[in-house]
Amino acid sequence: MMEPLLKVRQLSKRYGSRIGCENVSFDMYPGEVLCVVGESGSGKSTLLNTLALRTPADAGSLQYATTQGDWLDLLTLSEPRRRMLMRTEWGFVEQNPRDGLRAAVSAGANIGEPLMAVGARHYGQIRDTAAQWMDRVELDTARIDELPAAFSGGMQQRLQIARNLVTNPRLVFMDEPTAGLDVSVQARLLDLLRTLTSQLHLSALVVTHDIGVARLLAHRLMVMQHGQVVEAGLTDQVLDDPQHPYTQLLVSSVLPV
Amino acid sequence: MNSASAPVTDVADMADVTDVADTVTPAGADAAPEITAGYNFAYLDEQTKRMIRRSLLKAVAIPGYQVPFGSREMPLPYGWGTGGIQVTAAIIGQHDTLKVIDQGSDETTNAVNIRRFFARTAGVKTTQRTAEATLIQSRHRVPERPLTEKQIMVYQVPMPEPLFRLEPRVSECRKLHALADYGLISVKLYEDIVRHGSIATTYDYPVIVNNRYLSSPSPIPKFDNPKLNMNPALQLFGAGRERRLYAIPPYTPVKSLDFDDHPFDIERWPHACALCGSRDSFLDEVIVDDAGGRMFVCSDSDYCGEQRAAQESATATAGQQTAAAGQERP
Repeated sequence: MMEPLLKVRQLSKRYGSRIGCENVSFDMYPGEVLCVVGESGSGKSTLLNTLALRTPADAGSLQYATTQGDWLDLLTLSEPRRRMLMRTEWGFVEQNPRDGLRAAVSAGANIGEPLMAVGARHYGQIRDTAAQWMDRVELDTARIDELPAAFSGGMQQRLQIARNLVTNPRLVFMDEPTAGLDVSVQARLLDLLRTLTSQLHLSALVVTHDIGVARLLAHRLMVMQHGQVVEAGLTDQVLDDPQHPYTQLLVSSVLPV
Repeated sequence: MNSASAPVTDVADMADVTDVADTVTPAGADAAPEITAGYNFAYLDEQTKRMIRRSLLKAVAIPGYQVPFGSREMPLPYGWGTGGIQVTAAIIGQHDTLKVIDQGSDETTNAVNIRRFFARTAGVKTTQRTAEATLIQSRHRVPERPLTEKQIMVYQVPMPEPLFRLEPRVSECRKLHALADYGLISVKLYEDIVRHGSIATTYDYPVIVNNRYLSSPSPIPKFDNPKLNMNPALQLFGAGRERRLYAIPPYTPVKSLDFDDHPFDIERWPHACALCGSRDSFLDEVIVDDAGGRMFVCSDSDYCGEQRAAQESATATAGQQTAAAGQERP
């Protein structure tokens, strides 16, 4: 039996009297892609931000297994440890690549920044690594010195993914990574994400409102409504045989092509 | 340096100081100005000076850390050295000798004005000679002549935050300093190499003080950065508009940031100084006519003068020796 990477128990986040997410519990295993689906305002992003320690949780517990094999209590983690973790073992892909990229510096510097933040001080090596990663996310390495604004939306998203994966993280959070991209670009990005997660044995927690994305990408699925997880299970199982009325509604409202 | 200054409070003391001021060293080009009556010693009131000294003590205790202080309105505009002038006012004593440098020169507007300001409000001796000064306020340059343990350098700093322009949030900057999280500044150097082929930052070149705090060395050329390292003099930095003080205590390691494959290097010139012939000082390019004529001269006017004086006396001695030899000849 494989040990989980992340243990979430009864996690709650409230905004005053409003519920952000409530009593969320699940385990995440190494190499697993977990999708959270639900309509707008269902608490998906709140859950993601709470898990990624961007907003403080109000109740519950959140534990993470380090590479050394001991459990880390994330909710009481000190700021330097949290930053170190975000930088070395975690990644966060923003919905809008402009939020995750530094607009004023070149693509190479964007990919190299996490490396420099953990102490890389050799320009040539940083640049080589950046070029390798551009290649892996199917960007033209000749454009390494161009600013992010010179890339198209889909390319910027791939650039952001490269920037997040360059430190070889174990867990990546993604907030609607394919939203705002046209369908063909979306398909290419999904294909890339599938390849990378399997190659790197990467765990990914992906928030999306797109059932199609979830079916392609996810091993497991969680359906959220009003801040609660209403159904969870293997992707095919949930989508082919939805049990909860809301899930049934969600699956049936996907437009057939 | 004379320890914390005793305030000049009564008229008798004032008169004494005037006497001292009258004997200003002839090397100083300014005629000793009269002390202006009605001001406290060195312009600032004693409570303000105490406040600045307290901040300075903290700054010295944590080398490179930016200490906030209550910057006062000074009788000159921001950007003209309000931070430096407040630090100088807080630490100057009656027996100090003040030198003020602006762009390496003692004769430019800012240097002349600040020197006269302290001559008038504190009645201290002023000088243009680096060797004679106990307190040196500077903008843009560190003197070429090595400093001693008996001297204090005061730098005027326009922007104390080296992460400025990289991280717009002040709160986040402070957090980055607290956690020694300095990846960002490497990104800046990386971009420099991408765009210019080498680290193109030539002034205000970021340094790590005492292996801990990232600091801005004020807009001195990177040529002067090595002089900050293990300097025997106390170095104080004041930013008036930004209300920050920081310090590099004597004999503190100061490292200029770089990459392993693009090491830190100072500027070099193919020229020698047109006046004194020095090859190891920082040179200014001066345009001398409208036909493309230009000359390179030392930026440090005192150093250039010293070199020329040394050469003249050497020539004179040589001349006398030749003359003496001529007489001895039968």
